[in-house]
Amino acid sequence: MEVQQSLWEFMFQQSGKLWSQTITHIGLTCISLFMAVFIGLPLGIWIAGRKKAAWAVLGLAGIMQTIPSMALLGFMIPLLGIGPLPAITALFLYALLPVIRNTYTGISGVEPAVTESAKGMGMNKWQILMQVELPLAMPVILAGIRTATVINVGVATLAAYIAAGGLGEFIFGGIALNNTNMILAGAIPAALLSIGLDFLLSLLQKSGLRRMNKVMLVLPVLLLVLSSFYLVPYTGNQLLAGFTPEFMGREDGYLGLKSKYKLDIPTVVISDAVMYKAAFEKKLDIISGYSTDGRLKAYNLVTLKDDKNIFPPYYACPLVRTEILEKYPELETALNLLSGIIHDSVMTELNFKVDYLKLAPEKVAHDFLLSKGLYKKPLKGSKGTIRLGSKIFAEQYILVEMYKELIEGNTQLTVQTRTGLGGTKICFDALTNGEIDLYPEYTGTGLLVILKPDTKTMSRVSGSREKVYDFVRSEFSRQYKLQWLKPIGFNNAYALMMRKEQAQSLNITTITDLKQFSSNEH
Amino acid sequence: MIIAENISKKFRAVHAVNNVSFEVKEGNTLVLLGTSGCGKTTTLKMLNRLIEATSGTIYINEKNIFDQKPEFLRRTIGYVSQNNGLFPHYTVAENVAIVPKLLKWSKTEIIEKTVELLDQLKLPFAHFANKYPNELSGGQQQRVALARALISDPPVMLMDEPFGALDPVTRAQVRAEFTAMPLLKRKTIVLVTHDIQEAFELGDAVCLMDKGKIVQSGTAKELMFKPENEFVKSFFDQQRLFLELKSLTFDDVWNEFETADETTQTPLFLSSKSLWEGMEKLSNLNKNRLIVYQSATKSLKYFTLTAIQNAAASYKQGK
Repeated sequence: MEVQQSLWEFMFQQSGKLWSQTITHIGLTCISLFMAVFIGLPLGIWIAGRKKAAWAVLGLAGIMQTIPSMALLGFMIPLLGIGPLPAITALFLYALLPVIRNTYTGISGVEPAVTESAKGMGMNKWQILMQVELPLAMPVILAGIRTATVINVGVATLAAYIAAGGLGEFIFGGIALNNTNMILAGAIPAALLSIGLDFLLSLLQKSGLRRMNKVMLVLPVLLLVLSSFYLVPYTGNQLLAGFTPEFMGREDGYLGLKSKYKLDIPTVVISDAVMYKAAFEKKLDIISGYSTDGRLKAYNLVTLKDDKNIFPPYYACPLVRTEILEKYPELETALNLLSGIIHDSVMTELNFKVDYLKLAPEKVAHDFLLSKGLYKKPLKGSKGTIRLGSKIFAEQYILVEMYKELIEGNTQLTVQTRTGLGGTKICFDALTNGEIDLYPEYTGTGLLVILKPDTKTMSRVSGSREKVYDFVRSEFSRQYKLQWLKPIGFNNAYALMMRKEQAQSLNITTITDLKQFSSNEH
Repeated sequence: MIIAENISKKFRAVHAVNNVSFEVKEGNTLVLLGTSGCGKTTTLKMLNRLIEATSGTIYINEKNIFDQKPEFLRRTIGYVSQNNGLFPHYTVAENVAIVPKLLKWSKTEIIEKTVELLDQLKLPFAHFANKYPNELSGGQQQRVALARALISDPPVMLMDEPFGALDPVTRAQVRAEFTAMPLLKRKTIVLVTHDIQEAFELGDAVCLMDKGKIVQSGTAKELMFKPENEFVKSFFDQQRLFLELKSLTFDDVWNEFETADETTQTPLFLSSKSLWEGMEKLSNLNKNRLIVYQSATKSLKYFTLTAIQNAAASYKQGK
């Protein structure tokens, strides 16, 4: 084993990326914050003293706030696509409520005797607003802006999922790759950023009532300067690639593409949940997909041939705790019923039904088992409970549903499902901590994400399906007391994908072709 | 001079002020007196258009106030609001300079005027100018509020319960300073209060209001001794004896006292003082008998506690 890298070494090594991510992050936060203040402040002033309008505006902004951040980003994609625009819009909507509400509260909280005497002395509305109401409300307004800032720094990490960059690239990459250093390299700067911006604003807030006039000038300037940090990646006429955070950090992913194929194209980080659609809508040209993904079919994409074999085989198998298999030996028999049944095209078809035709994974799984004559009615036994986990994509949901029916139909065991457990690291940790008993895993992932063997072992095993399987099987059993059961049959390997018509018109069928094309463009 | 004719204010269906008319002569103080909700504050605020009258006409110094832009009108009228209304984020000097700045005075002019006025109000500029309102006592805050309203030397002042937020002791003190200020003697003032004693001390005329109407207006003496109806009478019932003695001066009952020949008493006790003040004097000096001087007739009279009581009683019977 190679000596593990320290966090410091990692951050130093990746300092270029870290800087650009931090700057992007500051930019995303501050642009959206600036917009929120620009819109929210006047709105808050306007609704102060207008009861009905206040009710409507605060209600609407409140509803916006209750939408989970991931879902809000999701809503933005059909409207605004991917990239900085939807991310900034979502962050803006998030920051709006604290700004409006605190402006409203601050202005309404100014003592009526003070505004009345201002009026009584002959100040006009604008003078009262600028000289009395705003300065007196400013501490409360600043508190709202601070809240909005902290929220935005946090939510902006999610922007990495829709190709808007930021520190989320490291955080989600790290989670996907089981790389703690990478997670911390993103999380620590994000936390520091949040604390730092909050501190900066707290200085303004505590500068005392008498200096509030100056604060009113400093604040927008500060936000504008910080906003200008954000530079949108410029691609010109080149092809643009969108890769998942996981793919970006993997030797059998982006790093391999760079080292083995010498491929160097503009790249953004994006969540696989929106990646296929973005490719279909020509927001991206090349994506890192999975070879059995149903959306491949749905969006008319083609995979490029991996002619230098950098993507190792990813055969799906149930990964089960040894302890459970010893306790319930009949479980293995039930799980192995699926072995060898589902091949690549079958899995793609099943995924297509869920991803594109929007059928429920339960139904797709059930129909498939029926058609293969594997379905049996649940025995409703009470021998024990098996907890099934899955990662957060369709294929895993389908497999888990199939396993549920197979276990309940063939054994006296009952099943509990815990689906949508994020990436490999979350599933694997849940399994080793005994929070779940099994989940479907891929041999390649086990090899590269969990075991991380040295280069020598890698080159020895990676070319062949059997060698990878045997290696992970013996190592997992030895190191983690986990068992790889028989492969289900399909190989869900990484693949680069392009739109079919674009690939045809550019005459690209392999990754080497792609490399040739992009070098010529330079 | 202020003339208000048939002014009314309707809030939706409610008549807050209903057909009220009054006149305040130049240099006089009119007190609007009444319980809360009687419409006195609404009446006051209609004078500088903080509340727009629904109907009626108002003239201030022969100018129709509805012909002027409200902001410009208000800059020519001193206004002291309830709870002083000082800007908490402004220093004393900045607070006082608000109206002059609106009137675009020069900086030196503002400073000169502020120094002069604060000194007059016993708030030495050097010590107080850079303080914030929350660093001052209630009485000091009230004086700053007064300075703020007086700085541009407006001929007309409107005051909405100016001493309402003060404790009774400070209240009496500030009020005494207030009556003694030469600057205020020339002003035409409308003052709102629910405090009868305050009304009697400060008002040349008092308008007693109830349910949006003026029930009776006149001097304190007229209200006490010639009540127009049962409401006016019962309004003063609680402190009747005190108020009667307070509203009667020695001049009013001059013939009831015995003549004195000469006096060594200094300073002279003047007959324009109220009977109540005479009693206070006797009690304070611990004397049975004192002498009062009437400057119009240049005559002297003796007074005792019994003589004052008898004089008041016979005034009541004789009216």
